[in-house]
Amino acid sequence: MGVFRLFHRHQGATPYLLLTPGLLWLGLFFLAPLGFLIYQSLESGSIVAGFGFHFSWQWSNYWDALKGYTGEFERSFEYAGLATIIALVVSYPVAYWIAFRGGRWKNLLLLFIVAPFFVTYLIRTLAWQTILADHGVVVRILIDLHLVAHGGRVLATGTAVIAGITYNFLPFMALPVYVSLEQIDQTLVEAAEDLYANKWLAFLRVTFPLSLPGVVAGTLLTFIPAAGDFINATLLGSPTSHMIGNVINSKFNGTIDYPSAAAMSFILMAVILGLVLLYARAVGTEKLTG
Amino acid sequence: MTDQITRKVFLRRAAAGGSILTVPGLLAACGGGSSGPSTAGGSTVPHKLAKTLHFSNWTLYIDKKGNAHPSLDQFKKKYGVTVDYTEDINDNESFFSKIEPNLQRGQSTGRDLIVMTDNSRYPALLVQKGWVEKLDKSAMPNFKNLIPQQRHPSWDPNRDYSLPWQSGFTGIGWNEKLTDPITSMGDLLGNKKLKGKVGLLTEFSDTLALVMGYNGDDPSHITDKTFNKAIDTIQKAVHSGQIRQFYGNDYASALANGDLTATMAWSGDIVQLQADNSHLKWQQPDTGGDIWTDNMLIPKGGNVYTASVYMNFVYDPKIAAEIEDYVNYVCPVLGAKEALLKQDPAIAKNTLIFPTKQELDSAHTIDPAALNNEKYQTTWQNLISA
Repeated sequence: MGVFRLFHRHQGATPYLLLTPGLLWLGLFFLAPLGFLIYQSLESGSIVAGFGFHFSWQWSNYWDALKGYTGEFERSFEYAGLATIIALVVSYPVAYWIAFRGGRWKNLLLLFIVAPFFVTYLIRTLAWQTILADHGVVVRILIDLHLVAHGGRVLATGTAVIAGITYNFLPFMALPVYVSLEQIDQTLVEAAEDLYANKWLAFLRVTFPLSLPGVVAGTLLTFIPAAGDFINATLLGSPTSHMIGNVINSKFNGTIDYPSAAAMSFILMAVILGLVLLYARAVGTEKLTG
Repeated sequence: MTDQITRKVFLRRAAAGGSILTVPGLLAACGGGSSGPSTAGGSTVPHKLAKTLHFSNWTLYIDKKGNAHPSLDQFKKKYGVTVDYTEDINDNESFFSKIEPNLQRGQSTGRDLIVMTDNSRYPALLVQKGWVEKLDKSAMPNFKNLIPQQRHPSWDPNRDYSLPWQSGFTGIGWNEKLTDPITSMGDLLGNKKLKGKVGLLTEFSDTLALVMGYNGDDPSHITDKTFNKAIDTIQKAVHSGQIRQFYGNDYASALANGDLTATMAWSGDIVQLQADNSHLKWQQPDTGGDIWTDNMLIPKGGNVYTASVYMNFVYDPKIAAEIEDYVNYVCPVLGAKEALLKQDPAIAKNTLIFPTKQELDSAHTIDPAALNNEKYQTTWQNLISA
């Protein structure tokens, strides 16, 4: 009781007090590295010059990154965007079915969606190499169905990369959509059907708008990490389907060019932030928070 | 900076009672520019073997029987040292960047022995930076078995820091079930039947040397003009969709499972893969392949004595022959051929392992200056990653 009174008296400070652990966390593990990233992105130097990078307001790192890798930036957003749309189209009906028709199997079905997460990301993606192998069953069937040209392939193409990203991030889409669908009060749908709508119209006017918070959360959770992904493009792509993540990885781990890698990471982050703001503006911020 | 790190490591190792105490003796033994094998132990301090030797190597690069490595088992039996053998090197560049942060900070990489290729800039860089330990030659009487051609590389003239593990050729490997023989780079880069089924290597030197040979240029003397021409040739093949991917050692599985029909490949790998798939073939391209040597090095903080004892062990011709019998690369150990002739005459007569003069002559070597040309390296990285 005494504790509550104490909090009550210092009402002005309480929210901040409660926020402290979170803010400390963000400061230590997000803002500090971010600051370091900006600092590093303005350094110059090279492996030959002795691994020593020094700060020199090297703005050209940004300019060079934009100029040299426009194609990879565009491809990243294209692949991430397509994967997000496909993930939404695939997972919405699934989430809908589980939420409204799942009955007592709901939890088990949800477990199935999360099940791939019990295997590490890398192994899951490597498995797709085997699944989509040129002489594998899947490709043979696709060739028989004339969906893939004779002697054609799926692996080492942009299609495989998009498929890999879609698969790997699907649960991030399906779960938020499920949660918001599950919360919908069914009587609202019934009311709509009684008053003016057929099933389809009721879905469009009632169910779908109410599920938007989940859709917005799902698209963000899928799109943001997908845009920076490089594992799928490395393992399932070819040199013509590399994304900006591949370039950053090679700058960082290959040529040990930390400043360029930092500048690219920062540009990527800024563009994603810009896109998210536009998106939030378009659908309304209340959809983000539900 | 480097000096400081070195001193710190020295002090730490000295405090730990490590074998670093033998270094002055070694310096004396190897001084005076004498490159001859030093069997006279420079120190009377008793050496102590570590319990475990952490050895990082490339895939398909040591004898194997089931899941065991017989030569490593023999080493354990003889010296009581377990070898923690890890195949975590896929290409020179990515491996170097993995260990670089530790070396930079003067921390141990957790490895006692690593293997890097002389046609990359990294072995020279490691020596120059002081990031590798001097070999304890007093523990290496078998050092005398190093073939004479390998005794004085420009980047380590007295072999104070390095010892060859294997040499090998870069050429073209293909699956004869899926294609006619592919023996020219022109075929590899341009044959429409191979579209999307061709692999090139992420290694700067390997790929450039073969492409330059094909362009009629000399890879041992690279100019801006010949470099750009080679990059154009490769870029054209990439844009036409001919190239499936740039590979490290992982091309081997793609070739074995049929995802690749033909690829640039390292000689011994293909001989090993033939055990499971007799349809795989390998040859130097008609315009010349590439020859290189992989070197054992002890990264700073590694256990010098134990690693040196191991190197000495693999320079025993009998052990070298056993490893050779499996890896099928070019053996740097004198007497191994004779030992192998007794064990496995067919392999001993394989010219990939003990090459003829003609084969050695048709293989290119890369211009070392190009390895340290930052502009070339960046262009290359951009080509393979973007």
